[in-house]
Amino acid sequence: MYQKKPEILKGKDWVMIWLYALISIIGLICIISVEYRPNDNFMDSLFAFKKNYSKQFFYLIICAVVAVFILLTDSKFFTATPNLLYVFGVLLMLATFVIGKTVNGSRSWIPLGFMNLQPVETCKIFTALALAKYLSRPDTDFSKGRAQLIASGICFLPVVFSILQNETGLALVYFSFLLPMYREGFPPVYLVVGASLGVLLVITLLFPPITLIIALSIIAIISIYFLRRKIKRDKKLLLAILSIWLICVTFVGFAVPFLFKHVFQKYQADRIFSMVGRDNPFVDQSATDLPILEPNAKKAKADKEDYNVKQSKIAIGSGGMFGKGFLKGTQTQGDFVPEQHTDFIFTSLGENFGFVGCTLLMLLYLGMLLRIVYIAERQRSTFSRVYAYSVAAILFFHVAINICMTIGLAPVIGITLPLMSYGGSSLLTFTILIFILIRLDADRQMVLR
Amino acid sequence: MSVFNQSRKNVIILVFVSLFVIIIARLFTLQVITSRYKVLADDQGTFRKVVYPDRGIIFDRHRNAILQNTNISDLMVIPNKLRGIDTATLCRILEMDTAQFKKRIVELIIKNSRSRPSVFEPLLSESKLAMLNESMFKFAPAFYLQERSVRSYPYDAAANVLGYTAEVDTNFLKKHPGEGYVAGDYAGMTGLERSYERVLMGERGIEYWKRDNKNRLTERLENGKYDTTAIAGQNLYTSLDVELQQLGEKLMQNKLGAIVAIDPRTGGILAMVSAPTYQPKYLTGSERRKHFSELFLNPALPLLNRTVSATYSPGSTFKTLQALIGLHEGVITTDTRFSCSGAFYGCGGAKPMRCLDVGTFDLRNAITISDNTYFANVMQRVIGQPKFPDVDSALRHWDNYMYAFGLGRKLGVDVPSEKSGNIPTPVYYNKVYGKGHWNYCTFRSVSIGQGEVDVTPLQVANEMAYIANKGWYYLPHVVDSIEDGDKFDITSKYRKKINPVNIPDSIFEAVHDGMQGVVDRGTGAGAKVPGIAICGKTGTVENYYKGVKQQNHSFFCGFAPRDNPRIAIMCVVENSGRFGGTYAAPIVGLMIEKYLNDSITGKARQARLEQLSNLNLMPPRIFAELRKQDSMRHSKDSAYLLAKGYIKIIKDTVGLDDETVDKDEIEAYKKQPANPAVPVKDTLQRPEAILPKENEITTPKDSLRK
Repeated sequence: MYQKKPEILKGKDWVMIWLYALISIIGLICIISVEYRPNDNFMDSLFAFKKNYSKQFFYLIICAVVAVFILLTDSKFFTATPNLLYVFGVLLMLATFVIGKTVNGSRSWIPLGFMNLQPVETCKIFTALALAKYLSRPDTDFSKGRAQLIASGICFLPVVFSILQNETGLALVYFSFLLPMYREGFPPVYLVVGASLGVLLVITLLFPPITLIIALSIIAIISIYFLRRKIKRDKKLLLAILSIWLICVTFVGFAVPFLFKHVFQKYQADRIFSMVGRDNPFVDQSATDLPILEPNAKKAKADKEDYNVKQSKIAIGSGGMFGKGFLKGTQTQGDFVPEQHTDFIFTSLGENFGFVGCTLLMLLYLGMLLRIVYIAERQRSTFSRVYAYSVAAILFFHVAINICMTIGLAPVIGITLPLMSYGGSSLLTFTILIFILIRLDADRQMVLR
Repeated sequence: MSVFNQSRKNVIILVFVSLFVIIIARLFTLQVITSRYKVLADDQGTFRKVVYPDRGIIFDRHRNAILQNTNISDLMVIPNKLRGIDTATLCRILEMDTAQFKKRIVELIIKNSRSRPSVFEPLLSESKLAMLNESMFKFAPAFYLQERSVRSYPYDAAANVLGYTAEVDTNFLKKHPGEGYVAGDYAGMTGLERSYERVLMGERGIEYWKRDNKNRLTERLENGKYDTTAIAGQNLYTSLDVELQQLGEKLMQNKLGAIVAIDPRTGGILAMVSAPTYQPKYLTGSERRKHFSELFLNPALPLLNRTVSATYSPGSTFKTLQALIGLHEGVITTDTRFSCSGAFYGCGGAKPMRCLDVGTFDLRNAITISDNTYFANVMQRVIGQPKFPDVDSALRHWDNYMYAFGLGRKLGVDVPSEKSGNIPTPVYYNKVYGKGHWNYCTFRSVSIGQGEVDVTPLQVANEMAYIANKGWYYLPHVVDSIEDGDKFDITSKYRKKINPVNIPDSIFEAVHDGMQGVVDRGTGAGAKVPGIAICGKTGTVENYYKGVKQQNHSFFCGFAPRDNPRIAIMCVVENSGRFGGTYAAPIVGLMIEKYLNDSITGKARQARLEQLSNLNLMPPRIFAELRKQDSMRHSKDSAYLLAKGYIKIIKDTVGLDDETVDKDEIEAYKKQPANPAVPVKDTLQRPEAILPKENEITTPKDSLRK
């Protein structure tokens, strides 16, 4: 894959490199099985740069070159430049507002001629480095609220831009930075509160707000009643209960509707609601683009939302224990799954190689994640450790959400399966993320702050 | 700081592992436990394509194909490739305007989506196909021609014998479960197409195809590993002589009636003409629907195979059989004479039966001049034999002869919709008059083939074969053999010689003498063919339609040559008026000449042929009904809808397995008895319906042997 020079290879984590190579080759095979038809001349089309698998093949070569460059770079470069790179990333995202190109309704792409760059994707690397840099500063005391706020700010600034660019799916990835922060001592209470709000959000999706507000009020009154003795002793408790109640009601009554009306795209809101099996209540159905909607038409619309997931489940489910065999999947060859070579590449694996193939891939990913955690924990420097956890978190988020999405456990948000999905942007991002980690790990004996 | 939080590593690992376990568990249920998705995937991802083999070909006795397959083209369109097509030229060729064109495209898109091929114009006519072929390049790739196989009739003959195929309907599917038919299939509906359907259809093949998300078939599943190949239908070799058939159809044009010719040596049917007939190709191809409703609504009933489905009183042709019975029973000898002084007075005061020639005749002359009184006397003697305790048993005895001669029962010919005809039984008369309240005089007109006796033309022809062979016959049949063997055992019953009554040859000789006299110097002189000894018998049949007396039917039946007979034939010309010898006899003469001499020779004979075929003997009531129908069609905006209702009726009634009689046919072909003493209402009851089991003939040989 790359030149075998002893200097480059010394101290490198070979397990990671092999896992990386294996997964990306499996990805290439899956893309071939999506696009290859029996009449194609394989070698011709592989080098012709016309089919997606041929493009992916060249992207892999480019990635190998980039990986070699990263491995040749002095690791001090990565500890010295994060702030600069972060600013560069943010500027790129801002530039998108000016010279951005709209793809699928989100204005988050910068056309570079030979390929389209999505700054929010690339910015993950810079954010990970910047977070590592900030947390590893000697004068950062992460137990202090101020430091926690600044760290969160670093992580969530790109989220704001991304949402403004109508790219919500990738913005969600930035929540994975909570994981390294948690590892570094971020108080779990925030995560608990966050998780509670998440649960509340799901409940809000399931029930109308009025019912929930009434229910919350009843719960508040009941708890005040049961805690009335304690409240008499300590007035603060009452205040706490009331403020929690107020926050919840605000969240249910205003924040969630606001989120669905103004933050999410209509199609995203629809997908989320189709997950829980309801029509989107925040859109006035009668006033949408189809004024003469019949009940049937409404149903047809909902079916269309579900189509991707249904086809994806059919493709995976029909694979059975051992799959139909390479290039023998009827669903894959019949183009039944939309976006199969990108976001739904997992379905191709599921159909062609069955449960055994899927499980093997999952084990490869899990192995990679655990390996990264292992690498992280053997680092002497906080920088490397935070960075490693960031990589693990991003990888985990992508893998988990993407696969859950294909098997109907998560709403369809367009995020890729790392190293497998077709696309240069995504592949390059993960290559850089992983190889910077390998480069840093090679110098773990040095204390890089 | 990091040291304090080291344990958080385990929480993180726990989160990773547990989520992956959840995913793997979910994958396990999805892929291994549930089979639902597999079924769904097969439903949408693969397609079971039924491959229809070519139907079998039907040959005549000289190995001419009379029913075969030709390819006809459909114009197909893929709507999403329509951009930039020269639609104006296409519309001009197809004779439609652009508005129609657009409408049709939109309909097809709604029906069949944009990306799948649909039939734009089915079953192109030859002229349109020729024009399209020339300029097809202008319409590619959105339009292309697709061939399919349809039935074709190179000789344009024998429509009613061959039958037609049609799309199966729900009724058909209900009647034939488990035979692999699905809606949209074609199956034989009448004629040989129907009775040999299982043989002709062949075995269907199944191809498994992969299908893509736009429902297009892409490639074979696993390179056709699971496919079964289609096997073409078996060919049928018939005994028909297609030239004889064509001659018969020519002679019978503009007439109602039928001709049946049988090779008495084998029972093979040589010609089976039902008039009026139709062009068999009318019921294939693009105009099928229109033609079908026209034919169906035609009051002359061209779709009715009169040779087996129409019944007539046999008239004087019946006398030959009476002679056989009289001689065999010993009540007369060939020299027995009866005289006719103008009518038969054997029944006293009842209305006398007129005879045409006054005088005294022996048997031979009585046949020759068709003397009514003679045969009324013969039957009176047969019935009045002292060995019978009462008229019941006497009539039963006489009936057994009739059944032995192949009357009153379905013969079992391999053409569907055969009627059984009717032979009056004691049970019937007991029911109508009461036991003991009837006698020979009640049914005396039966003796000359009028009254309650009904026969099909096929039965008469078969009876001639029986007489020609001097006492035996094979069941008449059209199909001689099936290529590659008769897997369904359809034809074996046609190879059994039937020899029901032992009647000595001398008796037959006497009857043959009389019958030869008919042609040589008697009523059937019109059938004379120089150089051929023809035996024949005329019949002039009185008949009624809806209670009103109609013009007589002209009957002639016979066989030739007298020694070593090779053709037994019968012809009926309905409502032609005049006598049996006038129209039917010359037609039979020409048919015999054609078959035995292979051609009609001599100017005079040719002229006779042309004269007969140009003769229009269509009864006036047909024209009246046609006119009535026309005015109805005008007043009713859509005759098509009317016809649609009718199509269902005919589909329900013409099937092999459904022998229940079409109501319309009954009415059209019901003949009122000549005997006015029988109330009309009672005669409407078909005796076969009330015939109890014990009255049916079981072993005619034994019961007749004394």
